[in-house]
Amino acid sequence: MGEKKRIELDYSKIESDRMRLNVGPQHPSTHGVLRLEVELDGEIVTEVVPHIGYLHRCFEKHAEKMTYPQVIPYIDRMDYVTSMNNELPYVMAIEKMLGIEVPEKVQYIRVIMCELNRIASHQIAVATFGLDAGAFTPFLYFFRDREYILAIFEKASGARLLFNYFWIGGLAADVHPTFKEDVLAIVKQVRKTNKEIEDLLIYNKIFIERTANVGILPPDVAINYACSGPVLRGSGVKFDLRKNEPYSIYDRFDFDIPVGMGEVGTVGDCWDRNIVRMREMEQSCRIIEQAIEQMPNEGDVQEKLPKKIKPPKGDIYMRAENPKGDLGFYIVSNGTDKPERVKARGTSFVNLSVLPEISKGYMFADLILILGSIDIVLGEVDR
Amino acid sequence: MLEYIKNVWLGFWTVIVGMKITFTHLFEKKVTVQYPDDRYPIPPNARNKLHLEPTLCNGCTSCARICPVNCIKVETLRVVPDDPEQPMIADGTKRKLWVPVYDIDFAKCCFCGLCTTVCPTFAIKHTVEFEYSTYSRDDLYVRFSDMSPEKVAEKKKMLEEFQAKEKAAKAEAARKAAEEKSKAEAQAKAESSPVTESKESN
Amino acid sequence: METTNFVYNLIPNETIAIIVISVIPLIFLIVYALLAILGELKISAWIQERLGPMRTGPWGILQPIAEVVKLIQKEDLTPDSANKPLFNLAPYIIFMGAYASFAVIPFSRYFVPSGINIGLFYIFAVGSIAVIGIVMGGWASNNKYSLLGAMRSVAQIISYEIPGAMAILSVAVLASSLDLEKINIAQEGGIWNWFIFGGQGSWSKIWVFPFTLVLSLIYLVASLAETNRTPFDIPEGESELVAGYHTEYSGMKFAMFFFAEYANMFVVAAVLTITFFGGWNSPFGNFMQGPGWDVFWFISKAFFFVILQIWLRWTLPRLRVDQLMYVGWKVLLPFSFICFLFISLFKMIN
Repeated sequence: MGEKKRIELDYSKIESDRMRLNVGPQHPSTHGVLRLEVELDGEIVTEVVPHIGYLHRCFEKHAEKMTYPQVIPYIDRMDYVTSMNNELPYVMAIEKMLGIEVPEKVQYIRVIMCELNRIASHQIAVATFGLDAGAFTPFLYFFRDREYILAIFEKASGARLLFNYFWIGGLAADVHPTFKEDVLAIVKQVRKTNKEIEDLLIYNKIFIERTANVGILPPDVAINYACSGPVLRGSGVKFDLRKNEPYSIYDRFDFDIPVGMGEVGTVGDCWDRNIVRMREMEQSCRIIEQAIEQMPNEGDVQEKLPKKIKPPKGDIYMRAENPKGDLGFYIVSNGTDKPERVKARGTSFVNLSVLPEISKGYMFADLILILGSIDIVLGEVDR
Repeated sequence: MLEYIKNVWLGFWTVIVGMKITFTHLFEKKVTVQYPDDRYPIPPNARNKLHLEPTLCNGCTSCARICPVNCIKVETLRVVPDDPEQPMIADGTKRKLWVPVYDIDFAKCCFCGLCTTVCPTFAIKHTVEFEYSTYSRDDLYVRFSDMSPEKVAEKKKMLEEFQAKEKAAKAEAARKAAEEKSKAEAQAKAESSPVTESKESN
Repeated sequence: METTNFVYNLIPNETIAIIVISVIPLIFLIVYALLAILGELKISAWIQERLGPMRTGPWGILQPIAEVVKLIQKEDLTPDSANKPLFNLAPYIIFMGAYASFAVIPFSRYFVPSGINIGLFYIFAVGSIAVIGIVMGGWASNNKYSLLGAMRSVAQIISYEIPGAMAILSVAVLASSLDLEKINIAQEGGIWNWFIFGGQGSWSKIWVFPFTLVLSLIYLVASLAETNRTPFDIPEGESELVAGYHTEYSGMKFAMFFFAEYANMFVVAAVLTITFFGGWNSPFGNFMQGPGWDVFWFISKAFFFVILQIWLRWTLPRLRVDQLMYVGWKVLLPFSFICFLFISLFKMIN
C-alpha cells in the first residue's frame, strides 16, 4: 500500500491551530505511568515532551544505606520484567571488586537464566507492540509461553518476577533436578510460538503497513543518543556487549547478532526494531541449548564468602547486555559493608530520550507504535 | 501497477493466513486455570508469606538487620540463669534470649528471602501461602511471638530483678573493688610514704 | 400498501399490529445482542486459548445478562464541561440509526416489517445517521480523545459507504430491483441461484462468479469499517484514543453505544445475507423451505457473518487513518467499479 513519508509542514505558510494532548499517565499504551505531552496538528504529531518520574523510588539513594547483598532486591525492581539480567552486572561488579571467581556451574546457570529472561522480556515487548497495533491475540499467546518460563524461575528461585537469585559469589539456590529438560521443552515451545506469531502478526500486511517506514531512527542519531540494545541494532548497528565485550562466559557460545536490515521498509523503522527482538529470541534459544549441553551437573553454587561483604576501597563500572540494551552499574566502595554510591545507567531511560527526536511528523497512532517499539519499562526509567 | 496488485493480494492473503491460525487455536486445549477451584502447582521453595517458628527462634535479630525494607521488628529479653522454666530452643541448644516481640509487617515485606538465608536456626521460612489479602492494612501486621503478655511481664520482672541483683552485685563488686583498690592504694601509700617522706625530706 | 406480514392476519386492529410489528425486531435485537456478546466473549477466549467467562451460569452463558445488569446499575456520569443535551442525545441517535434499518429487513416471506420498494437505498440512508450521533457524542464530550475519534469516524464512514454501495448496486442490477423482498425471491431455488453465483439463469452465469465474490468481500470489508470493527476500529482505537468517541460515557448510555454496535453488526450481516447469500432461501432448493425455515436460514446466515466479524476482530491488527483512506479509495473503490462494470455488461448481454 502507500509508502508513508514523514510529513513536513511549513508553518510559515499554513495557519492552523495546534492541539495539546495529554497522553498519560493513565493511558492504555504508555506502558506504565509515563506522561507524554503531545502537540498535534490534526492527527500529525509536531512535538512530544515525555514527563517522567511518576515511579521514582530513590533506588540510588536507598542503595547508599544498604549493605551490598541488600541492594539486590532493589535492583530486581528496576526493570521488573528482566530481573535476572539486572542482577548480573551488579553481582559481577562486586565479584570483580572482591576478586573472586564464581564456580563454573554458576556461570552456566546465570547465562541460561539471563537468556530465558531475555526471551521473556522480548516476548512482552513484541506482545505489547502488537497490542499497540491493535492485535490482541498474539499478546496472549506470548503471555501463555512466558508463564512457562516464569514457572522455571519459580522452581529455581522461589519467585516469579523479582527473583533475588544471583548473589554475590554465586546463586541463592541450586536449580531443581529437572531443570535441563524443562528448559529444553521451553526452547521448543518458544520456537513454535515464534513461528506462529510471524505468520499471525509480524508478516501480516496490515502490521507491516503500520510499522514499516514509521519512526525511522538513523544509525547516527541512535549512536548520538546512546541508544543500545534492539533500538540500536534495529538501526543496523551491529553492537552487542555479549559479542563486543564478552562478559561472564558469553565468549564460549556461538550466536549471531541480528540487526535491522530494512526488509520491508527503511532501516531503523519500528518493524526492524521489532524483528530484531523476534530474532534475538531465536539466538537466545541457541545459547541456551549450547549452555545446557556444556553445563556441569555437579558443583557448588555458592562461593565461600565472609559474612560481611566489604569490597576494597575504589570504584568500578560494570555493564552487561540487558534485553533492553546496555545496563551499567557504577559502584563506589569506601571499604565498609555499604556502598558509597551506586549509579545505574538505565537502559530504558536512555532509549526513551530518543522518542521526541524520531516521532515528529508522524501520525498520532504512529507515536504510540514508536513508543511501543522502543520498549521501555517505567520502573527503570524512573528508578 | 504490479506492485499494487501484489500488495492487495498480500493484504488479502495474510489475513487468510492469520484467520487460519486463529481458527486452529479455537479448538486447542485451553490453558486457563480456574483459580479457586483448580490451582497452579506452587513449588515448595516458593517465596510467599513468611512464617516464624517461635520455638526455634533464638532471637539473634540477624533477620531484622538484613531486611532491606525493615519490615521485621524483634525485641529480646535475656534469659536469667535462675529461670525456673526449661529454657531450651527446639533444636536443643540452650535459650539465651526470650523473644517477646517478633512482628512482621507484610505490607512492607518484599519477599526477597534474605531473612530466611541468614537465620541460623531456620526459624523464619517462606511458606507457599499467598492468599492473605485483608481489608485493613493493620491485619497485615502479624505478631509471631508465642509469649503471652503475662509471661512477658513476668520475664521482664525477672530480668529486672536479676539485673537489679546483678547491678547490686556489680555495685557491690565495684564497691568492693574500689574498697580494695583504695585499701591497696592506702596500703601502697602507707608502704611508699616513707619513701616519699624521705624524698620530701631530701 | 401490499404487504406480506403475518401479524396483520393475526391482529385485526391495524394500530396494534403496527406496534407489535415494530416491537418484534426490538425483542429479537435484545436477544441477539446478548447472544452476540456471549459469542464475542467466548470466541475471543477460545481463539486465545482461554476459557472466557465461566462463573455466571453453566459455562458462563449468563455473562451477557450480568454485564447488562452491571451497566444499568452504574452511575450515569455526565462531565461538567460537556454539552449536556447533545451528550445525552448522542447514544440514542446512534441506536436509532441501527434500529431504523430493521424496518425493511425481511426475516421471512411472511414477516417484513415494512416492505418498501427501495429497501436497499433506505438501509444505506438510515445507516449514515449513526455518523451524526458519533460526531455529537464525540464533540459534546469536550474531550480531545473523543473529538479525534469522532473526526476519524466521519471520514471513515463516508469513504466506506461508496465501495459498499457500489457492491450492493451490482446486486440491484442483477435483481433489477431495490426491494429486499424481490431480491430474496430472485434467489430462490437452492445455493446455485444465490447472487454470489449470479442469481437464477443458465450456465453462462459462471462468468459472473469472480466478480460477485469480490464484491461480496468488498461489502464485507466496507461493512466492517461502517460498524467500527477491527481492523477498522480506528474511531475507538483502544491503544491510541482510550475509547474514542465514547470515552466519557458510562452506564446506560455506554450500553446504548454497545447495543448499537451489535445491532449494526447484525444489519450489515443481514444485508450481506440478503444481497449475496440468498437471504431467507434454503441452500437446498425446496428442501427445508417454508415460512419457519425462512427465519432459521436468514438468522443463521446472518449469524455466520456476525461470527466472521468477531473472528476477524480477534485476528487482525488495526489500520492507521491514512491507510484506511487508502484502502477505501484506492483499493476497494476501483475494484468495485470494475466488478460493477462487468456485472452490468453481463446483465446487458443476457
